[in-house]
Amino acid sequence: MAYAAGVDVGSTQTKAVIIDEARKIVGRALIDTGANVVVAAENAFDKALEASKLEDDEIEYVIGTGYGRYRVTFGNAQVTEISCHGRGAAHMFPGTRTVVDMGGQDTKAIRVAANGEILDFCMNDKCAAGTGRFLGAAAAALDIPLGDLGATALRSTKTVRISTTCTVFAESEVLSWLGKGKKIEDILWGVHQSIAMRSAGLMRRVGVEEQVTFTGGVTKNIAMVKALEEKLAVRLNVSEDSHFMGALGAALFALDRIVASRAPHDAPQEVKL
Amino acid sequence: MDTQIAHPEIVGRGNRDGAQLFREWFEGLSKTAEDGGQAAYVFVMGSLNEILNTFDLPVVFPEINSLQTAVRRVAHEFLDQAEDLGYSPDICGYVKADVALQHRGGAHPMGRVPKPALAVLTNACNTYIKWAEIWERMYKCPVFTMDIPGTRQGGVVTKPGELDFENDRGYVEAQIRELILLCEKTTGRKFDIDRLRETMRHANEMSACWKRVIELNRSRPSLFNALTDGTIYLGVANGFRGTPAGARYFRELVEEMEYKAAHKIGTLTDEKYRLVFIGVPCYPIFRRFNELFTQWGGTFVNSSYLWFASGGLNLGHQYDLARPIESLAEGVLISVRDAMDSMFHQDRMIEDILEDFHVDGVIYHPIKSCRTVSTGLADARRHLGRRSAVDSLFIESDLMDKRVVSEAQMKNRIDAFFEGLTARRGRAKAAPAA
Repeated sequence: MAYAAGVDVGSTQTKAVIIDEARKIVGRALIDTGANVVVAAENAFDKALEASKLEDDEIEYVIGTGYGRYRVTFGNAQVTEISCHGRGAAHMFPGTRTVVDMGGQDTKAIRVAANGEILDFCMNDKCAAGTGRFLGAAAAALDIPLGDLGATALRSTKTVRISTTCTVFAESEVLSWLGKGKKIEDILWGVHQSIAMRSAGLMRRVGVEEQVTFTGGVTKNIAMVKALEEKLAVRLNVSEDSHFMGALGAALFALDRIVASRAPHDAPQEVKL
Repeated sequence: MDTQIAHPEIVGRGNRDGAQLFREWFEGLSKTAEDGGQAAYVFVMGSLNEILNTFDLPVVFPEINSLQTAVRRVAHEFLDQAEDLGYSPDICGYVKADVALQHRGGAHPMGRVPKPALAVLTNACNTYIKWAEIWERMYKCPVFTMDIPGTRQGGVVTKPGELDFENDRGYVEAQIRELILLCEKTTGRKFDIDRLRETMRHANEMSACWKRVIELNRSRPSLFNALTDGTIYLGVANGFRGTPAGARYFRELVEEMEYKAAHKIGTLTDEKYRLVFIGVPCYPIFRRFNELFTQWGGTFVNSSYLWFASGGLNLGHQYDLARPIESLAEGVLISVRDAMDSMFHQDRMIEDILEDFHVDGVIYHPIKSCRTVSTGLADARRHLGRRSAVDSLFIESDLMDKRVVSEAQMKNRIDAFFEGLTARRGRAKAAPAA
């Protein structure tokens, strides 16, 4: 049995996924990236190995992805997270044509073909507006654990309109609304709507085509799923493993290369990345 | 295949001689400045060098001075200085670098830039107008703004002989005659129409050669990189427009390119992807930016920059020396109008070259501090996507300001673009022949 791994070193968290030849996830791990990217990649991979009960030498091919992809020093190759999220999403939800990936510091809208190949993509520019970081800033300002943001926001009965999408200004705007006596849940729902509006704008630039799959760490936030669904007027594909989609895509690319290396040289084969 | 080592004299001559001419140009400007002389400040889109050369006025291109501070990695010092003076981070980086340069008494990494005796500009870029007003305030120098009628409707270009064109030509001609009077007054010299004919003859040769050089890059492999090599050629096209040195340079450049085409000497040893660049280069990381493409085997075979930043010289327009002023007006109208169209309606032009240049991808590069050249690029890309299957990439940075250039983000997008191209090409190769 051959095993392949993908390690997605993101700005906030590092994810590792190990799959078998049947493309089934046999191990996964998630850790905070921290200051040492190389160590984060190693630790995530080790934890995924532990979860899969496999040994290091049983993994035939490893692909690094994410902003720290070149710091996965034990990896065999690198592929961008744009390609990996597209590939992972199309594998997990085969009807996927549009992917929205919301991570710690960037949000990506990706249009994919039926085989997961990237047709077009668009990302937020050089600031963290409309990303997970914006939610983190709001959570800090309101002193609410990140994990409780979604449930709290969904208790809203009257939305507060948040005018800024600037992560730096978010805190002061949130505090100013608190000072005006607005309820925390109403402010938070406004924050979610603000991010959803910006993300929907990115998606419209590549063209929103169903099915739409939501990936990245912010998929854990039920209010963000709802806000995006309302803005786009579509139902989003979300799974427990959506957070691992980039690492899964990387592992799938790694498995492709194992398979390609075994194919007879004269046999026609699809050339993968 | 031939190698560059086998043909040392002709291959790469354009880059070597271009760099040498550039140094000589700045040495001349430095001498003028040190001698207390002045120059004509002009812009790449409609420099009117043909007239200014006639009066022996040295020309200063503030756009080129500014981009050189970025290429030489000192732009931040100039930008910071201008911002300390109150210029906003959001306005044109070229303007701010020039403001700092003027406040430094013309001290530039390449020499010393003389003060303006006059400034000549067109309406091809709206910032030109406000920019020249700064010199007007600083130096009390005359500023001559030529109003060049642009294309009234996308894709509808009037031609000589048509009523609208002739009306526009007459309007430009009247302005050129005013400019001649201003030059006479500024220099104290009489206008010499035979000198004008001479500079126009050199400009004719340069224009024909520049058009030919660009056309020759249809060759496979491509003969020069439109982004890196092309920028060197552009420097000569502007700084030496209408001069014997400029004409000789472009004549020899054609020779070099024809030689390379005949011997299949490419700009890359392994050319995989042929790209077109739309916009202005990312000068703060100029070489590195190009490497992000070449490391995937991508090279730029053409660029809208070669069109608009050469002031329309790419058209190969030939002046009629028998009626110099009328013909100059015609040429200025056609070339500046085309330079504007290269910025605003370039989607139609790109469509026309996709097949001839065997283009695999189009790279759109809007820049933060120039709305003139960047506005509408997203729409242009969408338009091209509807009419062609060619792959395209949209990446944003800046022409001067490293603070808004994120190499990691650009690399991510560029890598993803090539991953898509590679996958599609691989699939096409794997597909059984029909």
